[in-house]
Amino acid sequence: MTLIDLANPSRFLALTARVLPWLAGATVILLAIGLYQSAFAPDDYQQGATVKIMFIHVPNAWLSMFVWGVMSVASLGTLVWRHPLADVAAKAAAPIGAAFTFLALLTGSLWGRPMWGTYWEWDARLTSVLILFLMYLGLMALWRAVEDPSRAARAAAVLTLVGAINLPIIKFSVDWWNTLHQPASVMRMGGSTLDKSFLIPLLVMAIAFTLLFVTLHLAAMRNEILRRRVRSLQMMQASRIAFSSEMGAGSREENASKEAGAA
Amino acid sequence: MTALSALVRRDVRIALRVGGGALIGVLFFLTVVVLMPFAVGPDLALLSRLGPAILWLGALLASLLTLDRLFMADHEDGSLDLITMSRTPLELACAAKALAHWLAAGLPLIVATPVLGLLLNLDMVATGAVALTLLAGTPALTFTGMIGAALAVTLHRGGLLMAVLVLPLSIPVLIFGVAASQAAIIGPMSFGAPFSILCALSLVSLVIGPFAAAASLRHGLD
Repeated sequence: MTLIDLANPSRFLALTARVLPWLAGATVILLAIGLYQSAFAPDDYQQGATVKIMFIHVPNAWLSMFVWGVMSVASLGTLVWRHPLADVAAKAAAPIGAAFTFLALLTGSLWGRPMWGTYWEWDARLTSVLILFLMYLGLMALWRAVEDPSRAARAAAVLTLVGAINLPIIKFSVDWWNTLHQPASVMRMGGSTLDKSFLIPLLVMAIAFTLLFVTLHLAAMRNEILRRRVRSLQMMQASRIAFSSEMGAGSREENASKEAGAA
Repeated sequence: MTALSALVRRDVRIALRVGGGALIGVLFFLTVVVLMPFAVGPDLALLSRLGPAILWLGALLASLLTLDRLFMADHEDGSLDLITMSRTPLELACAAKALAHWLAAGLPLIVATPVLGLLLNLDMVATGAVALTLLAGTPALTFTGMIGAALAVTLHRGGLLMAVLVLPLSIPVLIFGVAASQAAIIGPMSFGAPFSILCALSLVSLVIGPFAAAASLRHGLD
């Protein structure tokens, strides 16, 4: 089973239909274990019970960057290998990545209130994650601005790759900006080394969230494929109606059937 | 080479003539700077402290405003298809177009900076620092903005969408541009470090911009 075997959407749908229940089950079990472990993790000597926000916050923040990585690989698939499902993968990943980024910002903000005394601070990390969130939103706006999926796919692929090059630059420049304007403030996340009693639940939660992403991503890809099929069926029907009402609409029919084949 | 220089000369000439819209950017820059005292109050000390930031923001918005004309006009009259099909590599043609755009729309902003600095109560050193950082930084704005312009022309959507896509990419340029001018004015950081990074950003975007724009034109125009 190679990647190219999945190029056929029907085969992809059949395979994911078999895999998805298992993935969903594994996600639920791991999430339950992770939540149980993090609920019974000891309180931090400084932060008290609020340290438990970490078990939600850190996996979200980790995935917010991981999803952009997945989208970059998918964009390479669109532009270089012309894999037919690559743009479906890229499109389906964007809203999920935006959601993870938003949750990372939200939980971080809720954690920041008791710890730092403020919901928002123009800290380097917070700012660069906020910019990442803005870039996700811009990418989603680009997807929504164009009706033709294949045209939007290539534009979004270029933007995703440019973003992948730019994100580290933005990250470093924001770090630099922060050190310029804001001398050492009180923001040190817990301790630098995590105790085992925190580390193990955190790792379980990270794996659970990754599985959650894979599950949601595959499900969203299935939805996207079905949505495109519906779209090309509608277009075929529309062109059939147009064909019966006026002569010389054959070329349109041909276009529509070509599109149906592509989807 | 002659083809590229001809392209540059043609674009500059079009931009400077009636309907080209290069000088609109300067007018917009002036308007943004004039609006600032109304927003923050006519306090000269405060204005001179905020001056570099205001000038940089104004220049950023002004260069963004003129960017969506970069490929749009050529696409409308069909010459973009000729450029795409010509024997000159599309990457070089994109770079030439961006260079022409910077000459016609970016340089006037820098020339206007001393006058606007006067309005914001900036002294000679501060004005010079802002003009110098703009000179080093605006090519980066043009060359990264070109990616957005190329995307906009292939999607037939300009304006706001392009601004949403391009503005996050220009954050590093803004950070280091303002940092370098502040370093020159009040210190205590050295001017050299942020200024070199600003130049580096411009050089990087000089490489990435044409390739990304050419890729999106090539994939999008067919």
